[in-house]
Amino acid sequence: MPTELPPTRHDATPPKPAPGRPLHEPKRYASTTPVAAPGQTYTSVTDTVTGVPLRKHQPWQWLAAFAVGFLLTMVMLTTIVYLLAKGVGIWGVNIPVAWGFAIINFVWWIGIGHAGTFISAMLLLMRQEWRTSINRFAEAMTLFAVACAGMMPLLHPGRPWMAYYLFPYPNSMGLWPQFRSPLVWDVFAVSTYGLISLVFWYVGLVPDLAATRDRLVQQNRGTRAWVYGLFALGWRGSARHWHRYRTVYLILGGLAAPLVISVHSIVGLDFTIAILPGWHSTIFPPYFVAGAIFSGFAMVLTLVIPIRTLYGLEGMITMRHIELMAQVMLVNGLIVGYGYLTEGFMAWYSADTFEQYMMANRMFGPYAHVYWIVIGCNVVVTQSLWFPAVRRNLKVLWVVAILVNVGMWSERYMIVVTSLSRDFLPSSWGSYAGTFWDWSFFLGTLGFFLALVFLFVRFLPMISMAEMRELVHEQGQSPEEKLRAETALDPPGGDGASHPTASPYTHEETAS
Amino acid sequence: MRDEVMNEDVAREDGSGLRFWRGLDELAPGADSSAALDEFADGASEWDDSLGRRRFLQLMGASAALAGLSGCLSGPPDPIVPYVDQPEQVVPGKPLFFATAVPIRGYAEPVLVESHTGRPTKIEGNPAHPASRGATSAQAQAALLDLYDPDRSQTVRFRGGIATWQQFVEAMQAQRARWAATGGAGLRLLTGPVTSPTLAAQLASLLQQFPAARWHVPDPAAPGPAVAVEPRYHFDRARVVLTLDAEVITGQPGSVRYARDLVSRRRVRKGQTAMSRIYAAESTPTLTGALADERLRLRPSEIGPFAEAVAARLGAGEWPAALSPKAQDWAVTVAADLRANRGAAVVVAGETLVPEWHVLVRRLNEALGAIGQTVDYGAPVAVQPPGNGTDLAALVREMTAGRVDTLVMLGVNPVYTAPADLPFAEALGRVETTVHLGSHLDETGFRSVWHVPAAHALETWSDARAYDGTVTLIQPLIAPLYDGRSAHEVLAVLTDGTPTPGYDLVRGFWQRELADRTDFDSFWRQTLRKGFLAGTAASASATTSAESSSVYGRSASSPPGRSMLRPYAGLQPLTSNSEPATLELILRPDPTIGTGEWANNGWLQETPKPLTKLTWDNAALISPSTAKTLGVENEDVVELRYRGQTVEAPVWVLAGQPEGCVTCHLGYGRARAGRAGTGAGFDAYRLRFVDAPWGGPGLEIRKTGKTYALAATNEQWRMHGRDLARSAPISAFIENPDFAHEGEMMELPTLYPGYEYDGYKWGMAIDLTACTGCNACVVACVAENNIPVVGKEEVRRGRHMYWLRIDRYYKGDASDPEEVLHQPVFCQHCENAPCELVCPVNATVHDSEGLNVMIYNRCMGTRYCSNNCPYKVRRFNFLQYTDYDRNDVSALRHNPDVTVRTRGVMEKCTYCVQRISHARIEAKKENRTIRDGEVVTACQGVCPTDAIVFGDMNDRASRVNQLKTEPHNYGLLAELGTRPRTTYLAQITNPNPALRTVQRSAPDEAS
Repeated sequence: MPTELPPTRHDATPPKPAPGRPLHEPKRYASTTPVAAPGQTYTSVTDTVTGVPLRKHQPWQWLAAFAVGFLLTMVMLTTIVYLLAKGVGIWGVNIPVAWGFAIINFVWWIGIGHAGTFISAMLLLMRQEWRTSINRFAEAMTLFAVACAGMMPLLHPGRPWMAYYLFPYPNSMGLWPQFRSPLVWDVFAVSTYGLISLVFWYVGLVPDLAATRDRLVQQNRGTRAWVYGLFALGWRGSARHWHRYRTVYLILGGLAAPLVISVHSIVGLDFTIAILPGWHSTIFPPYFVAGAIFSGFAMVLTLVIPIRTLYGLEGMITMRHIELMAQVMLVNGLIVGYGYLTEGFMAWYSADTFEQYMMANRMFGPYAHVYWIVIGCNVVVTQSLWFPAVRRNLKVLWVVAILVNVGMWSERYMIVVTSLSRDFLPSSWGSYAGTFWDWSFFLGTLGFFLALVFLFVRFLPMISMAEMRELVHEQGQSPEEKLRAETALDPPGGDGASHPTASPYTHEETAS
Repeated sequence: MRDEVMNEDVAREDGSGLRFWRGLDELAPGADSSAALDEFADGASEWDDSLGRRRFLQLMGASAALAGLSGCLSGPPDPIVPYVDQPEQVVPGKPLFFATAVPIRGYAEPVLVESHTGRPTKIEGNPAHPASRGATSAQAQAALLDLYDPDRSQTVRFRGGIATWQQFVEAMQAQRARWAATGGAGLRLLTGPVTSPTLAAQLASLLQQFPAARWHVPDPAAPGPAVAVEPRYHFDRARVVLTLDAEVITGQPGSVRYARDLVSRRRVRKGQTAMSRIYAAESTPTLTGALADERLRLRPSEIGPFAEAVAARLGAGEWPAALSPKAQDWAVTVAADLRANRGAAVVVAGETLVPEWHVLVRRLNEALGAIGQTVDYGAPVAVQPPGNGTDLAALVREMTAGRVDTLVMLGVNPVYTAPADLPFAEALGRVETTVHLGSHLDETGFRSVWHVPAAHALETWSDARAYDGTVTLIQPLIAPLYDGRSAHEVLAVLTDGTPTPGYDLVRGFWQRELADRTDFDSFWRQTLRKGFLAGTAASASATTSAESSSVYGRSASSPPGRSMLRPYAGLQPLTSNSEPATLELILRPDPTIGTGEWANNGWLQETPKPLTKLTWDNAALISPSTAKTLGVENEDVVELRYRGQTVEAPVWVLAGQPEGCVTCHLGYGRARAGRAGTGAGFDAYRLRFVDAPWGGPGLEIRKTGKTYALAATNEQWRMHGRDLARSAPISAFIENPDFAHEGEMMELPTLYPGYEYDGYKWGMAIDLTACTGCNACVVACVAENNIPVVGKEEVRRGRHMYWLRIDRYYKGDASDPEEVLHQPVFCQHCENAPCELVCPVNATVHDSEGLNVMIYNRCMGTRYCSNNCPYKVRRFNFLQYTDYDRNDVSALRHNPDVTVRTRGVMEKCTYCVQRISHARIEAKKENRTIRDGEVVTACQGVCPTDAIVFGDMNDRASRVNQLKTEPHNYGLLAELGTRPRTTYLAQITNPNPALRTVQRSAPDEAS
């Protein structure tokens, strides 16, 4: 708990919020709860947000979390080295279950990434202003999740060093990849997704990097200011800058939004194209997208709930955000539940022996426990989100979010392993269990993700200051303040803190 | 300083009267004691070499640099020279085939061996030989791996230390001098069954030279008394066959031929619906029982009374006192069927039955008029040792009493295979000179004074008889890899005192034998080329002997009657509800590794055993209901106690096993087999007794609470209502020849035109009626396609690599299934292959002749193809299974025509594409197309029953097309739209409807 607050906070105009507690009364309905706590000013926004990366000492919780992440990252690297030295046989994969943890993790991680894109792109286009305070964080999470996900299909083949065969490059064999295979679509979908996510995230970060640079200059921390300045690409906050920035950002949002649908649809097609009972199902694309957003929001909640408390960001990531995210989870959870129902119905309705056996085997076969974990976590537990009391209880909500993460991972386990372990010919049925190296790789990527998240928190502004200031401007100012702000579009240089009426787009520019 | 003091010490001691010494060297006279012992002698610290320190360092530096240089070169260290005179016929890349034989249990299995530039790489059957007709057993296929076994014994040993052949010869010459004086008293020979005329002559000569010597033949697979006649069946003439606890399809010397003959009367085609009927009354389930149309499950002790009941109905004996009602019904019905087919019926007695029952069965066959028709009784093919030669107990008694001073064991391992009540290992220690000739330094070799490494059959000159007596010549394909010798060469040292090359011995014998031939040289060459001496099959002269009982060893004096059968009378009949108080032990040779002689053969160890589908282990096999009663399940370890001996064994529940019977397979639990066989399974020989070689009642079983992991490749026994291996009785086939297509979905229309195959269009058909599940194809495929062995742990994980598997399903109840179906499944080469369209890199594609080909170089190992393969016939190199960096002899075994796969690559059946290519090249050279039957896949070639047929589907007259037009030809999982190129002919059975309607009137009628 931050008993000691960031030093720049003392300059802030609004009263110090009580640590660990939201500023407003959580009795009100989500729709009417403000998305930025009252009393925020431009300065307080900048102070609070840049305060986190600029503080001299991170709280011990940061160090502890990063240490765990770092250690697990080392475990991951060890696993990768051993994997490359020995072969995929160190994992539990076999015939018939030729896909295992790597694919499960891939689908899971990609799904987690979807929340970020959904929040930043879809909600941007839909002008859902509440996204503002969480979009940066969610986008970063997307990026890190895609990094973890991208590793999986690259390391899962028997000969990872041949992975370049997947790309359509000119070669002496005159051979292209096989465009009928969904795995090729996957390559394009995931690499596009990773690239767009990175650019989108970085473009959004540029004004904030500039603000951080300016703060560092004020604090006479030249070297760091130079580094941030380098990445700020010479942003000075001119109107032209803002114009170009808004245009690019909107275009990127427009590009990213379809990816929310396409990427996981294609991941769903990875399975659907196969003739395997349990995979060959037309419902997969929408059901996978809903599942992705479902698990993505669960992961955002899992991370945001502790971090907002840790860094005192309750004023920006308010209960309204939390509640809205819980509602999105509920909706997607219901879609996912509908998917399960449809699979069961279709198995019965198809009158196909193999489909029917697949469903019975899922429910009562050797992997029945996985199925019931899936149902329990994704369908039963999610129903608790109907109740506002649950949505507003951070501890309960956090547990629900974790359970949804577990449930969604298990769902992928169910789809991959249960379907493969018993297919058409009973003579070749088999079983599967993750080995030590399966788990070490999975936990390793969790640690890698955690380490990246905490590095992000440590070095970059985790909330979009520019957009927050805009929000503060729109909701929190008196009419005359608004007027003054609008007329003073390009005030002379200086700290926003000394100009509380400055435009939200204003930047602490220094003569450099 | 110190040196001087010590030297003074020595001097003082020398000076005194009492002489102390510090070591034997010092004590030894003549040695310069002070100089030899004193490490600190004067000048010891000086560099006393012409090579100065500087020069030494220079040389070291230079050699280190050169070592680095030479590391870049991969050529052999010795200068190599290409052939100046190319040996005739040896063309790299062009295989040669040599006719020879692989002796299995002493009997020849005639083979052709493929040799690539001097390396034998594949064994095929000898098509001209009556015992093979082109097929082999799984064991003969695997004999190749034994040749390249890196665990083979490589040197002569004397008391464990390395010795030379010359030393052995000298030692034997010394022994000979002694035997000459004593007439060979104290000399004993132990061999396996001997069918080799040359070896028999050598043995006879030895026994003649040393009349007091004795020769013993303890065969662990046939430990009974010597027989004077043995049956040879002609199943191709039999319409009705009754087997009594007999496994005729595998494990017998004549199995390959027997399987072919049995199935030859069961090829049901449209308009050809005559079919033989096989009844099997048996205890532990066998492949013969699986093939049988009707199988009666009996405890071993009920087999005899059942035979008696059949005999009684045929007027050849009395109705037995005790027999279960079902067995009674059976006896009545079977006897009626046998009688109705007089002259075309035959009864087969299993090896494990006591001689009395063999006598009875022979009387039965006489009563059926079978002798001379469907069965011949003749002198045994194996040479019988004089006197009590098969009695190992007598030998052990002599050894213990110290009356044996030299024991020569040729190719046997009695320390391991001796029954539990014979302290053979202990007795061996009392023999002064023990000589062991063996391929491995096994349990016996390890305890012997002399051990001589045996040359493999592919390294030696020899001869042997096939099951029918045909003399088959064994010629070497490769010079002995190690210092191996054949039994002939060892015996020659004993008989002549001088080592003689095997070639001279074998050829010399035949030259003497065929002395009347003037053209011996050309005749010998022709015979070698052909592989056997035609017309040497054993005559059936003994068949006319009316005194059937006189020919059976120890039972010769008394005819069989009630008195003899008494021990079996009075047993409680087995009813379905009552669980027997004590269990009955059944011991059998293992279906893959025999009595232990193949224990170190990885191919056979990893071959799933026909019915249990276990690999790398044996188990205590029990029936499902016995397991329930005992409260045990698969992999639970139980303690088996039999006559005071205990063994711990894992349980495996086997459908069709009789209630209250525990089957243990011999051959496992080897202490010194090699890296594959040592420690695998448990040693069932410890439950074997001289008077109960195949087990008996009185077995106690106790749960231990422990578990032991077993590696089975197929744990399901049912088809789960799926129409996979289709079958019907012959009556249903006659009524509706299209029965196999009933309920099948219509093939859905497609918008896309099919691919036009204007050249060849390969396809395969497999007749499930003919498939006996003998595994020959499985091992042949492994040998042909360089398939790696992965070991028990990997098999347990589901990573066995065998491209060809035999799916086994049961129909009916688990404890007494009505039918067993074997379905060989390997890549079906689907026209519409699901694997092809999911591969992201085009590594598996269709070729212009319809083959689904796998491009190893392109494969990156996503394994999606395997996931999408409904037949699950693709195998993946999860690890580097083929150890191609290994620098030992096992690398020689690879077929050079087939790529050795690296880790991370998918593989599967190729329809033996290398053989298709070979045939195509030959055809192109002659400017013609490939003829039907010219391409023979590895699995097809060795199949004893011709169940697999491969060919061009564009050739309308091809055999494969004929089979594919049969009404009962169907595609496995064709409803998925895969359009498989391999199709199956549904299994047709010929059950006896009378067995299902018979009333319980039989006993009254009989009495």
